[in-house]
Amino acid sequence: MAGNAAGSGAPSSGRPLAIEARGIVKRFDGVTAVDGVDLSVPEGAIYGILGPNGAGKTTTLRMLLGIIDPDEGVRRVLGHERPHEVAHAIGYLPEERGLYPAMKAYEAIAFVGALRGLPLAEGRRRGRALLEEHGLGYAAERQIRQLSKGMAQQVQLLGTLVHEPRLVIFDEPFSGLDALNQGKLERMIRTLAAKGTTVIFSTHVIAHAERLCDEVAIIAGGKVPFAGAVDVARDRIRPQVRLETRAQNGPWRQALPDDARREGNFLYFSLPDSGIEPLLRALIEGEAGILSLSIERAGLHDAFVAIAGEAAAKALERDSPEEQGR
Amino acid sequence: MTAANTSGRLSTFAAAMVIARRDFTAILFSRSFIFFLLGPLFPVIVAALAGGIGQKVQENTAQPQLGIVMQAADAAAMIKAHDALAGRMGGNLPDFIVVKRLAPGERFDPAEALKGRNANLAAIASGTPAAPVLTGPPGRIEAWAGPVSIVAAQALGRGPQAYPDVRLAGTATSKADQRSDHVKTAQAGQMLLFLLTMLLAGMVLSNLVEEKGNKIIEILAAAIPMDAVFLGKLFAMLAVSLVGIAVWALAGGAASLLAGSAMPDLTQPAVGWPLFFVLGVLYFSMAYLLLGSVYLAIGSMAATVREVQTLSMPATMLQLLVFFLASYAMTQPGSPAELVALIIPFSSPYAMLARAAQDGALWPHAATLAWQVLWVVIFVRIGARLFRTRVMQSGPAGGKPQRRGLMARFRSARA
Repeated sequence: MAGNAAGSGAPSSGRPLAIEARGIVKRFDGVTAVDGVDLSVPEGAIYGILGPNGAGKTTTLRMLLGIIDPDEGVRRVLGHERPHEVAHAIGYLPEERGLYPAMKAYEAIAFVGALRGLPLAEGRRRGRALLEEHGLGYAAERQIRQLSKGMAQQVQLLGTLVHEPRLVIFDEPFSGLDALNQGKLERMIRTLAAKGTTVIFSTHVIAHAERLCDEVAIIAGGKVPFAGAVDVARDRIRPQVRLETRAQNGPWRQALPDDARREGNFLYFSLPDSGIEPLLRALIEGEAGILSLSIERAGLHDAFVAIAGEAAAKALERDSPEEQGR
Repeated sequence: MTAANTSGRLSTFAAAMVIARRDFTAILFSRSFIFFLLGPLFPVIVAALAGGIGQKVQENTAQPQLGIVMQAADAAAMIKAHDALAGRMGGNLPDFIVVKRLAPGERFDPAEALKGRNANLAAIASGTPAAPVLTGPPGRIEAWAGPVSIVAAQALGRGPQAYPDVRLAGTATSKADQRSDHVKTAQAGQMLLFLLTMLLAGMVLSNLVEEKGNKIIEILAAAIPMDAVFLGKLFAMLAVSLVGIAVWALAGGAASLLAGSAMPDLTQPAVGWPLFFVLGVLYFSMAYLLLGSVYLAIGSMAATVREVQTLSMPATMLQLLVFFLASYAMTQPGSPAELVALIIPFSSPYAMLARAAQDGALWPHAATLAWQVLWVVIFVRIGARLFRTRVMQSGPAGGKPQRRGLMARFRSARA
C-alpha cells in the first residue's frame, strides 16, 4: 500500500517476523475503519501500536488475531495466514476485560488456557502457581466476583500468559491500572521480551510506547503513516538546538537557520544540515558570547505530531489519562 | 517447559467441547438451575388448583331444566315418561320440572315463566303430550325438540312397550379407531415436543446475553473459531435441556405410577414406545438446535437485552406457525401438506414425530434426520458468521449501540 509504505520501516533487526500484514483493510457499513495497513513485527520485539481512540487500533489487532477477517490485504501471524491455526501460541488481553463471575480465580486462568489448547489439569496447576508467584495465592479459590477490579485484571492477565505463548497481544493494557500496577506490567512486558516472547500492545499513551517499545506503528484515521523503530521515528525530526548568548544581536544572527525563534533568554532552532561546527564558528567569530548550547533529540511525541499531524496529536492528548484527569 | 509440548491447536470439536463443558457445569451447578427444574411445576400446580376450583364451581352449578306447564294429568304423564326413559337416554334428556299444573281452561304465558326467578329453567314445554309446544332460546329448543318428542310419545303410550337388550360384540379396534388413537398419540407427542422446545430454546438466548454482559466473548473469539463457540453453547444448552427433561420425565413417571396409570389414554405409537421416545429425543435435539441457532444469531445482532427480546419475537411467532403446519399435516398423511411440513426444517421434527406415532416405517426417519442435521449445520454456520460480524464490529471506543435497522445489520453481515 503505497501511502503507508512510504513511512514504513523494514524490521531493523533482520529477525524473522512474528506478524506481517500487507494492505489490510476493514470496512463497517461502508465506513473504512482500517485503510491499507502494513505491519512487520519481528520476533521477540516489543511493538507498540500508537494512536488516539477510534484510530483503528482495536480493529487492526482483531484482524491480526483472526477475530475478524480483513476485507482486503493479507496477514501472516507466526507464519500462518489463519491466526486460529496458531491460537495455542498466542495470548490476548482485550481492552474490555471479562471473566465469568462465578469461576474461581485459578479455574478462570485454566479456562483461558484451555481455550488455547492447554489441558485443564495442567492449566489449574499453572493457575495456582502463577497466582502464588504474583502474590495472589490467597485468592486462588475465590470467585472472580469476590475479587477487586485490579485483582480480576491481574487474573485475566495471568490467563493470557498461562499457556506460555510465543506472541502476546495486549489491547490498551495500561488503561484502568494505577501507577503501581502500570509499573508491574511494564516489568512483566520486559521480562516476556527477554524470554523471546513477541509483545504487541496498543496504547494512546506515548510515554508507555517510548519507554517500552523497540518499534512502533503510528496509526491515525485507519492509516499507518509510520511503522518502524522508535529511533527512526524520532530521527524524522531534526534535533533541536537551544542556544543562550550574552549578546542579543549581531552579525552572528545571520548564521542561524530561518526557523530560529526566541523564547525568553533562549533561541530555539533545528540543527542545520551543515552540522553544528560551522554554526559554532560563526557564533565565536561574531562574538555572540555563548552562555549555553544544547542539542536535543526529538521525543516520540514530537515525532507523532510530525508524522500523524496536529489533529491526531491533539486527539491523542485528549485521550491520555493525564489530560482526562485535568 | 515450552508451550509447544503442553498446548496444541484445538480442533473445532475440541474447542466446542471446552465451551460446552464450561457452560454445562456452570449452569448445572448453579442455583438458578434448581429454579429452572422447578419452573414447569408451577403451571402444573396452578392448573391443578384452577381445575379443582372449576370442578367445585361446576358441581355447584345446577344443570339446565325443562319446565312443564300442562294440565295436571298431562304433566304427571310427562314426568312418568321422563323417569322411564332417563336411564336409557342418559345425558341426552334434560331434567324435567313441573312449573305449573294448569286447571282446565286456564291460560299461561310460558315466556313469562322463563323470566321468573328459577335461574336453571332453560325452556318450557306447554300444550299437551299430543301437541307439545317448546318455548325458549332457539338453540336450546332445537336441541331438546327430539328428546321432548320421545318423552311425549312415551307419555301417550305410543312408545315401544319393551326395549330389547342389545348384545355387545366388541372388537379390539377398527381401522378408524386405530387411526384416531394414533392421531391422539401423535398430537400429544407434537405438543410436548413443541412446549419443550419453546421452553428450553430460550435458555440459549439468556446465556448469550450473559456472555455479552461478561465481555468474555472477545476472549473466546480470539482463541477459537466462532463456529466452535456457537456449537459449544448450543450443545451445552442441549445437554442441560436433556438433563431437565430426564428429571421431569422421571418425576412425571413417578407421579403417574403413584396415580396408578403410567401412560393414561394413549395408544402405543406405530413404531412402539421405546423407539418413539428415542425419536422424540432426536427430534427434540434437532428442533432445539435449529431454533437455538436462530436465537443465537438474533442475539448477536442485538445490542441490548430489550432488543434481544424484541428481535426474538418474530422467531417465536414463526415457530408457532410451523407448529400449526405440522399439526395440520399430521391429519393429512401422505398429502402435499405433510410433504411440505417434512421438508421445512423447522416443522420437520414435529411432523416426523407425528409420523412415528402413525406409521411404523423407519427409513423416512433416517432420511429426515439427515436432512435436519444438514440444516442444523447450515444454520450454525450462518448464525456463527452473523455472530462474528456483528458482535465484534467495533472497539470499545465505538462501542455505543448503533441504531440501525435489522435488515441493514443482516446486509452488512452478509457482505
